[in-house]
Amino acid sequence: MTPSPVVSSLVQPTSTVERPPAPLAPNSRTFARAFGDVRDGWRQRELWGHLGWQDIKQRYRRSVIGPLWITISMGTTALALGLLYSQLFNQELGTFLPYVTAGFIIWNFILGVVTEGTEVFIANEGLIKHLPAPITVHVLRMVWRQVLFLVHNMAVYVVVIAIFFPALVGEYRMYEGDPIMQPGLSWAVLMVIPAFVLIVVNAVWVALLFGIISTRFRDIPPVISSFINLVFFMTPIVWHVGVLNKVTGGEGDGGGDWRMLIAELNPIYHYVEIFRAPLLGHVQDWHHWVVVGGFTVVGWALALIAMRNYRARVSYWV
Amino acid sequence: MVSIDVWNASVDFPIFDAKSRSLKKLALGKVGGKIGSEGRVPIIEALHDINISLRHGDRVGLVGHNGAGKSTLLRLLAGIYEPTRGSSRVVGKVAPVFDLGVGMDPEISGYENIMIRGLFLGMSRKEMEKRVDDITEFTELGDYLQMPLRTYSTGMRVRLALGIVTSIDPEILILDEGIGAVDAAFMAKARDRMNDLVKRSGILVFANHSDDFLAEFCTTAIWMDEGKVKMQGSLREVLTSYKGRDPFQNMSPETLERIGQPRVLSGNGGE
Repeated sequence: MTPSPVVSSLVQPTSTVERPPAPLAPNSRTFARAFGDVRDGWRQRELWGHLGWQDIKQRYRRSVIGPLWITISMGTTALALGLLYSQLFNQELGTFLPYVTAGFIIWNFILGVVTEGTEVFIANEGLIKHLPAPITVHVLRMVWRQVLFLVHNMAVYVVVIAIFFPALVGEYRMYEGDPIMQPGLSWAVLMVIPAFVLIVVNAVWVALLFGIISTRFRDIPPVISSFINLVFFMTPIVWHVGVLNKVTGGEGDGGGDWRMLIAELNPIYHYVEIFRAPLLGHVQDWHHWVVVGGFTVVGWALALIAMRNYRARVSYWV
Repeated sequence: MVSIDVWNASVDFPIFDAKSRSLKKLALGKVGGKIGSEGRVPIIEALHDINISLRHGDRVGLVGHNGAGKSTLLRLLAGIYEPTRGSSRVVGKVAPVFDLGVGMDPEISGYENIMIRGLFLGMSRKEMEKRVDDITEFTELGDYLQMPLRTYSTGMRVRLALGIVTSIDPEILILDEGIGAVDAAFMAKARDRMNDLVKRSGILVFANHSDDFLAEFCTTAIWMDEGKVKMQGSLREVLTSYKGRDPFQNMSPETLERIGQPRVLSGNGGE
């Protein structure tokens, strides 16, 4: 056998002639690609829907009562907090326990979105590096999982409302001497649906924006998780805004009362309020909707800018 | 029309060590005068000036030493990394298989993994349910599909991954090393299926160190060296330059006949 010179007649050239000319500029940093990512992610509903369910099933795979644990833990926490704080603030249990329950349910959703939102890309490193997919898919999966948690928790609300229905159905005041008369439960409860839709829309931008930033700067998740407890106590969830009025002697509803700013300057308060007020038959104040609407617009604008500039970098950073 | 085009693409990885990956350092860096996360963060230039154009029917083997950029190139071609400089365009449904352990959830069953991977690759639930039987039969995993993936051996994972990607009719199939973990009998079965698939589907890019695997599946090859395309051409030419000898010479006549190669590369066909 003689070694032969390497001359092949079987070449199938990898480059072909009809190759299109190179685009002038790199095309990954455009708003079109950012929108495209969100749109394609939304279209893969079946994927993130399945993954979100899978996460919940997985978490309780080998436990006996499974996802019912979500409901039980919410139930016990709301009950304990409601009992404790109604006594501390000397409030009527019949109106205060539902108040704490509804507030705590939506707080839990916000907490989940913010803390898991910062980790959303870091936690999915494996998937991001191994399968091409819009990054929005990971965000929607996480938000969907939080929605499912909230649905489990709403069972607690239903039970609590069933028990305390008489206390909530007519006009009532949150505490004695409250200038605001709450109209009581009515069909206005349906406002909770648009409110929750709006909150979910916000959850997506929060996770996109914070997710991208924290993937680059790994200090953000610990910062968020250490301050989120503080936010919980600063937000009127286990205490009622009326308490701020009461300490000032009940005079004036806002106006020059600087104490009200503690609640009003906290964006989370407005998100909580649009969800909670209809559920309890409270007065629904339009200014909460305005604030949340403003945050929706500004937040999405920031998220899209972040997506435009850094969407393609996420797979490098994870 | 299925195609992959890459124009002068480079892929640079910023390597943030624990310290520079924080806001503090970026802020202090600005105070110090020289703005620069870019300047300060060390960068690994994984790929330089890559120009590749692949069309329907291309079956490309990827060779090169460890760390030459093969896996990074595959991720670029799969659309997972977008180039830091230059540009790339991938048209077609991509199905990549990288490290076989990662990207699959070890805690959930093989069946669930089939579903999830299928959904990620753009299939619907219904379409995947139809394919489960086919995948079960092909992978010969049987009741193991009900078991969590952590109980699988490496070879079984390869079977599962290959079963999924070959059942969903991808237009672009991208395979990293690690496919070699399956036994010979299964490989023979997979070969027919993959050849069939590649004929129908368009583009195959396959990184491997084994001449036999490359010879089975590929007709052309790209030799990667230090993040650059060192050579691009027919598989036999590239492998001969890469290894310094003609790897096809030692193959049995049956194998050569199957893959349609002459015994030696000289004009008279060898025998």
